[in-house]
Formats: sequence, structure tokens, C-alpha cells
Amino acid sequence: MRARVAIALRVNGQPYRLEVEPRRLLADALRRDLGFTGVHVGCEHGVCGACTVLLDGELVRSCLMFAVQADGCEILTVEGLNVSGDLHPIQRAFIEEFGFQCGFCTPGMILAAYRLLQERPHPSEKEIRRALAGNLCRCTGYADILRSVQRAAALLAEAEESRAP
Amino acid sequence: MEELAHYGEDAKVLAGGQSLVPLMNLRLARPEVVVDINSISELGILERRDGELILGALVRHRQLERDPRVREACPVLSRAAACIGYPAIRNRGTVGGSLAHADPAAELGCVLLATGAVVVVESARGRREVRIEDLFVGPYTTCMRPDELLVEVRIPAWREDARWGFAEFTRHEGGFALGLAACVVQVDGQGKVVAARLAVGGIGPVPVRLAEAEEILRGAGLSEEAIAQAAACALSLESYDDVHAPAWYRRRLGRWLVLQSLQQAAGGGN
Repeated sequence: MRARVAIALRVNGQPYRLEVEPRRLLADALRRDLGFTGVHVGCEHGVCGACTVLLDGELVRSCLMFAVQADGCEILTVEGLNVSGDLHPIQRAFIEEFGFQCGFCTPGMILAAYRLLQERPHPSEKEIRRALAGNLCRCTGYADILRSVQRAAALLAEAEESRAP
Repeated sequence: MEELAHYGEDAKVLAGGQSLVPLMNLRLARPEVVVDINSISELGILERRDGELILGALVRHRQLERDPRVREACPVLSRAAACIGYPAIRNRGTVGGSLAHADPAAELGCVLLATGAVVVVESARGRREVRIEDLFVGPYTTCMRPDELLVEVRIPAWREDARWGFAEFTRHEGGFALGLAACVVQVDGQGKVVAARLAVGGIGPVPVRLAEAEEILRGAGLSEEAIAQAAACALSLESYDDVHAPAWYRRRLGRWLVLQSLQQAAGGGN
């Protein structure tokens, strides 16, 4: 049962091949084996949301999946938001509105906000609260995080407008 | 099935992993073998068959929440599924996994009790059907044997004008419910209740139907008085004390939740 399994997956657009024990969590494979340290491991049982990533476009807890289950999948971690070198508008908004303190919950918050804003570009306050309910901030910076997501929606809308002919 | 037959108690089935993996990470569960069923595409079916709604074990909560067939055939199920955990949990968590985990305050167990579902379980020895009432035997315990796999849930057809209600109490958005209630009520042209099923979860060790309350509704309809009387049946439920709430509080919460769900049904339910 200890035999390693070869898997292939894409992370932030790049292909990776690795061999993992079947018991290896996806979070550990991303963070330790592949070096995506933006995948924060907090509670390791699905409560805190710090390890949230997008798997084939949908939010998942990477601590509640085994790496072997992600074979053939496309993953987005927080590092994937600024591959071009420029901060993503959501990241800029979090800076402008002081949306993080210690930063531990931030990658999960940002990815949850990213998925929300894909589906609902102009979310209500209640929708933002619902979408981020599964991400805990132990610094209790929720009010600023809420404002950051509102600011992110505005920045994304501006970027959208400036792109329009 | 062969793996389960071979390893028995030492094996655990992995579906969405939203209950099993936390238990494994906390080392509360230490199975020798984990059997991942995610690649069995037949377990992902979601269809209407002769009016019934058929859900394969691997249907995710997110699908229950959003699929138009579920919303049409069983709106109370969509409504309840939207209350399960958070988006990241609903994207992975499955129907079969939630039922097999048998959390007494889980949304699906309670709602499926209210809708009158049947679950199909299978092993190398064969297939059998279990009424949802018989599935839960204790907290986190079902009547399934270690070699059995929950493969399918069948929800009977309710008429389109059936009324329904769902209410739950959580201390924060998406958190585990302390208690919840669901009902499906069929009313005829004269306002008489011809069928009623009412279930509560989280109050006692397993989700239960309130047969006595259903009887009251069948006799007296959905009048304000009948609803209050039916809701009071929750006060005599078996309950327990724990760190979250004492038994007397749970029973009173049950009454309030039943009241909420029946008021939704009386108000049209949709």
C-alpha cells in the first residue's frame, strides 16, 4: 500500500509530474512537493479554508483530497493569479483595503473571492459574506476583507470597462 | 465491491471525502484500505425515472443545489442542499457520503426522511433496498454492513403543487446545524391535507419523522392552530445534552424549527 503512484496535473497553467504516496494530501503535494507555499495548511479538517484552491475551476479544500485524486486535473493556487508579475486586481484590493493582517487566511480568502466574482461580478454584501463564510480569519479582519472584496469588484469592473471598445 | 468484501471493517469508502478525510487527518479514522469510488461513472447518475428522482451516490451537493431536475422534482432538497457547509464543501461532498456518514444533524438525512426516499445498497452478495427510516440506527451509524456500498437514492414523485418547508438553526453561516426540520405536504382543492411527511434532525441521536404531528395535519389541515399543535410534538422527542445545548433547549428548538417549516408550507412553500 506504500507504493508511490505517478500522477500528472497542471498547476497555474504549467504541467507537473510527480510520484506520491496514495495517502499524501493534495495540500501537502502542492505545498511541499511542488513548492506552492501559497497553499496554507491550517486546520487540516476542512474548517478553516486556508488551503482552498480551484480544482478544474471549482473551489475545493486541498486538505480534504488526496493528491492521487487530482491526477489529470487543472489547479489554480493564489500564485496563479499574478503569473504575469502584476498583482491581480483582487490582490490589489486586499492591499488597498487592508484585507489581511497576519496573511494566513489570505490565499483562501482571495481564491474564494475570485470564484465569487467570476459568477457574480457585482455581489451584494450578503453574497460576499456567504461566499467567504467557509474561510476563517483568526485576526478577525472580516470587515476589511468584506470591503476588499467590494473594492475588488469595482477594480475588476473598471478593468472590464477600459478593455471595452 | 470485492475490495469491500475482502477487507470488511478495515476498508472505508472514499466518495467526496468531506467527512472521511477530516476523520483520517485527525487520526480518528485509520482505515487499512481506502476504496475510492470517484471513477465509477454509473454512481453519478441524476435522472427522473417514472416520476421518481434518482440520485447516484456520487451526486454532489452542488448539483442538488443547482440542477434544474432536482429543483423541479424536489425543491426542498435543493433548498436544503444549499445549506450544507460552504461552496468548497458542496463541490466535493456527495449524497452517498453524507447518508453513510449519518450525522444526526445532516441536511440530507432529514430532508430525505421528509420526502420518503429509499436507498439502494449493494455488496458482492447482492442488492437491497432500505427505507430511509430504517437507514439510521444511531449517531454516525447506519444499518449498512461493512461490505455494503450505498449506490442510489430514489425519491418518490410528489405532485407539482405539493407544499414544502425547510428550516435549520446554525450558529454561523454554513456551520453544522444544531437542529433542522423539513416537511412536504400535499393539500387537495378543498384545503384538506391528504399527505404530510415531517422530519426533524439534530434533536436526538438520529433524524426522525414526527408521525403524531403528521396525523394532526391530516386531520386539521395547515391552520395556524394545527401547525402550532403539530410543532409541539417536537417537545416529546428523545433528546440529549451536550456541550452545544441541553436536551430541553434542543426540543424547544425542534418545536420552533417545525413551526418555521410548516409556516413555509402553509404560505405556499415555494
